[in-house]
Amino acid sequence: MIEKADQIFVLLAHWLVSFLPAGLQHVAMVLLGVVAIVATFPALFAITVLLERKGLGRMQNRYGPNRVGPYGLFQPIADGLKSLTKEDIVPFKADAVVHFLAPVLLVVVVFMGYAVLPMGRNMTLVSMDAGLLFFFAIGASTELSVFMAGWSSRNKYSLLGAMRAVAQMISYEVPMLLSSVAVVMITGSLSLNKIVEAQNQYTYGLPHWYIFTPWGFAGFILFAIAATAETNRSPFDLPEGESELVAGYFTEYSGFKFALFFLGEYVGMMGISGLGATLFLGGYSAPLQVLNFVPSWIWFFAKIMLAMCAFIWVRGTLPRLRQDQLMNFAWKFVLPLTLLNLVVAGMWRFMGNGWLRWVVCSAILLLAYVLMARVGMRKERFGPRIYRYAE
Amino acid sequence: MLGEGILKGLGETARNFAGSFVSAERLTTVQYPEERAPVIEDTRDFPFLVYDGSDWEAGLRCVACQICEKECPPKCIYIVKSTDKKPDYVGKPQIYPTRFDIDISVCMSCQICVEVCPFEAIKMDTQFELSTTDRFGGLLYDRKELARSNEYYHSIHPTEAAEVDARLAEEKAKAEAKAKAAAAAAAAKAAAGPAATAAPVAAKPATPDAPATAAVKPVDMETKG
Amino acid sequence: MSVSGFVQEKDKREGWNRPPVMEPDGEADLLEVAMGPHHPSTHGVFRMDVALDGERVIRLKPVFGYLHRNHEKLGEGMSYLGSMPFTDRLDYMCPLTNNWAYALAVEKLTGQEVPERAEYLRVILGELTRVVNHASAIGFLIQEMGASGTPLMYAFKQREKILDLFEALTGARMMVNYMRFGGCRVDATPAWLAAVRKVLDGLPQFADEFENLLTGNEILMARSQGVGILRPELAVNAGVTGPMLRASGINYDIRKVDGYSIYNRFKFRVPLGEHWDVYDRFMIRLLEMRESFGIIDQALKGIPAGPIMDPKAKLRGFRPKPGEAYGRIEAPKGELGFYLISDGGPNPYRYRIRPPSLINLTVLEDMCLGSNVADVVLIFGSVDIVLGEVDR
Repeated sequence: MIEKADQIFVLLAHWLVSFLPAGLQHVAMVLLGVVAIVATFPALFAITVLLERKGLGRMQNRYGPNRVGPYGLFQPIADGLKSLTKEDIVPFKADAVVHFLAPVLLVVVVFMGYAVLPMGRNMTLVSMDAGLLFFFAIGASTELSVFMAGWSSRNKYSLLGAMRAVAQMISYEVPMLLSSVAVVMITGSLSLNKIVEAQNQYTYGLPHWYIFTPWGFAGFILFAIAATAETNRSPFDLPEGESELVAGYFTEYSGFKFALFFLGEYVGMMGISGLGATLFLGGYSAPLQVLNFVPSWIWFFAKIMLAMCAFIWVRGTLPRLRQDQLMNFAWKFVLPLTLLNLVVAGMWRFMGNGWLRWVVCSAILLLAYVLMARVGMRKERFGPRIYRYAE
Repeated sequence: MLGEGILKGLGETARNFAGSFVSAERLTTVQYPEERAPVIEDTRDFPFLVYDGSDWEAGLRCVACQICEKECPPKCIYIVKSTDKKPDYVGKPQIYPTRFDIDISVCMSCQICVEVCPFEAIKMDTQFELSTTDRFGGLLYDRKELARSNEYYHSIHPTEAAEVDARLAEEKAKAEAKAKAAAAAAAAKAAAGPAATAAPVAAKPATPDAPATAAVKPVDMETKG
Repeated sequence: MSVSGFVQEKDKREGWNRPPVMEPDGEADLLEVAMGPHHPSTHGVFRMDVALDGERVIRLKPVFGYLHRNHEKLGEGMSYLGSMPFTDRLDYMCPLTNNWAYALAVEKLTGQEVPERAEYLRVILGELTRVVNHASAIGFLIQEMGASGTPLMYAFKQREKILDLFEALTGARMMVNYMRFGGCRVDATPAWLAAVRKVLDGLPQFADEFENLLTGNEILMARSQGVGILRPELAVNAGVTGPMLRASGINYDIRKVDGYSIYNRFKFRVPLGEHWDVYDRFMIRLLEMRESFGIIDQALKGIPAGPIMDPKAKLRGFRPKPGEAYGRIEAPKGELGFYLISDGGPNPYRYRIRPPSLINLTVLEDMCLGSNVADVVLIFGSVDIVLGEVDR
């Protein structure tokens, strides 16, 4: 019974496909998987957008949207209808072909990233041996679409925004990769399925998720920072800086193309959260062994939504980092820490199975963090200040 | 500098998020138009003209002295004095405004007209949901639309209306006392002696005068009040 | 790319106030961007013509006048009392202090005395306005830094409570038209004073929460420390006043210098900044807010009973003798002054306003040269202007 609930989508797909002749069955399975992904994630996008607006509202002591349906549940439908019915303005001197292709490229690329994520037991669309590599290769193409958008709009603001965005995304690719390389090292494989399998074991009922190891915890935090920067989310959303450059690289987009950019950004966020969950949080495995009766795909989606909530929480709290500070942060803080993380992960692997490796690895990472923070920031002379008063 | 400031900020936000579900202090939205914010008594929005009694035309306190028109900063009041005199609330003939228009799209609710009116005739209302679809005259109120009864004034600004009524009653009482004293003095003079011929002569113009002034003053007080 | 629209001759100022000359690197093209007047963070309709070399600002020219409403000319045609509601609309975030400055100027012109109770009420309302203004200014600054408005909402929650107080006393939340020449218009009931006490009791906690959310936040510090430095000599010579001046270390608070109204009876301190940057300006405002709590507290404790209006004051037919007067107060944004010349008639002959926001804006270019575009918005926000005042 539990098995059936866990594999329900797989069984459903097999049943549907059994109506077709044997030659077409494989192709049909893949197509069904694609349709499922393309149907699910925009629905999740709608839910996330609503969650974000209401969540931000509650943090700011106000209601979010609550007029369009009970508790505002139909707000995404209203937003979708609005963006569909708006006039599609293309600036006169803009490069129309590139202008049109930029959002299309973004959406296609972010959806392709889902092909390798294991969303449940036996629920990977394409089970590749180098799944992680594929994901990163595809993820890098989002930068191309951002630049296409900025360039084709023939607008100084958009250009500035696009240049900033590309610089930011390129700088944060490296820490993201390096923090996942630690996981690959320990698992010994680039295949995402194998990574999840390696974490799917339990000791005393507690899982072997990589986040519960010192290097995994550090790696997760660094991965999260890099992911926030990759998807241009606060506090790294200067390219979309609302208060400076109106909307950055998508200033000149209106109507449905704007909605597509939005969709691309959020679906990309969910993809990267899915990757983070797979690498560090055990993918579709349950947190405690006793909870294994809950289907695995529920765990995967729960982890994605948790990551979304964390993104929203951070957005509601933190101000933006300025461009050069962002870059400084990436190259002078995050990158050295990821390299150190690799070394520590190696030490972990070869230090045997006792308590010593916990202590040594944690100590090294903490010390490094404190030193980097003190040394790195001291040059800039930031710090709380004391004020004097005159009577 | 180790990131604890960020964590403190995150904690503060989380506290507000959680608190917004349990305490009203952390969710202060008033869901207009289903709910309204509590009305504060002394609020002021746009002027209206007060009338006593039940007939708005007869009981209108305004005597078209045009002081409010002169003092209004954006000049949104337009008054036309009458050429005749109509009987007012107590029957005394009184000048009245044939036109008293306020353009509330110009009015800035500064309430200087209320301050300078010597007859307590114009006061501030508390209604603000006055939008209209007629953009050519919908926000130009004439004296019929502006006239509201004294009971209405009591219902929206009870403390102020009570004060105004007390003041007017006091003035009326003072005027009546003065008139009575004048009548008593005139009667005493009439009763007193030797200038009996002069006295009745003096008394005759005096007595019609005294009751006349006695009649005028309370009536004036009535129109003012 | 041609640099049309900018003054071509070299800036000839000498000595201390010669601006740091920013030359673009090599033959780089300058990117000319007009920020505003339609812009989410220019505090109103305001335009800045910025010439950028990459991300650095080479030239900045502020353009304003989009909100010019002819206030000073209108004042010449209006009686003295009739101009009072228009002063509400100058710095529309702080209408009570505008009223106060105007009333002070007219009282200087006529030599009227203001009763004690009216002075206390003026101080309470003025300091409440200061709290409102500083909370909003800090909230907007953080909003421009990108914190998506969370601290702004907290500040506005407190502002709503104070606006309710204003409505209960004066009848209107913002356009109050409350001060009169010789006192105040409406007396405060004991119920109102109790309500002020209740709001005041909740304010220090709000200030603490605000401070917690902001100071110690590394991103905020990284964004605002070292940014937009205003040297003290430049500040003094340009006529900058208010929190901007005190953040540059100069101890000049008109409440202490002039001692107008009854401020010399209250004990309060004046915070001064030492690093002259955006972070200092924002912290000075926060600390001044806390000092205001103390002043309101002392005023509430000491307010006497009595009349609130000079008994000899006339509402209509007010004709001051010919003469001139300049009345100034420490408005939350700086020194707000009214200069009146009377020729004996019911209208002033000249009605001139010294707007603090405009004078503070003159140093905007000096502060912004060499910084990033993102910083320009922050520096501009730290000047804390209101376009109603700048353009009148």
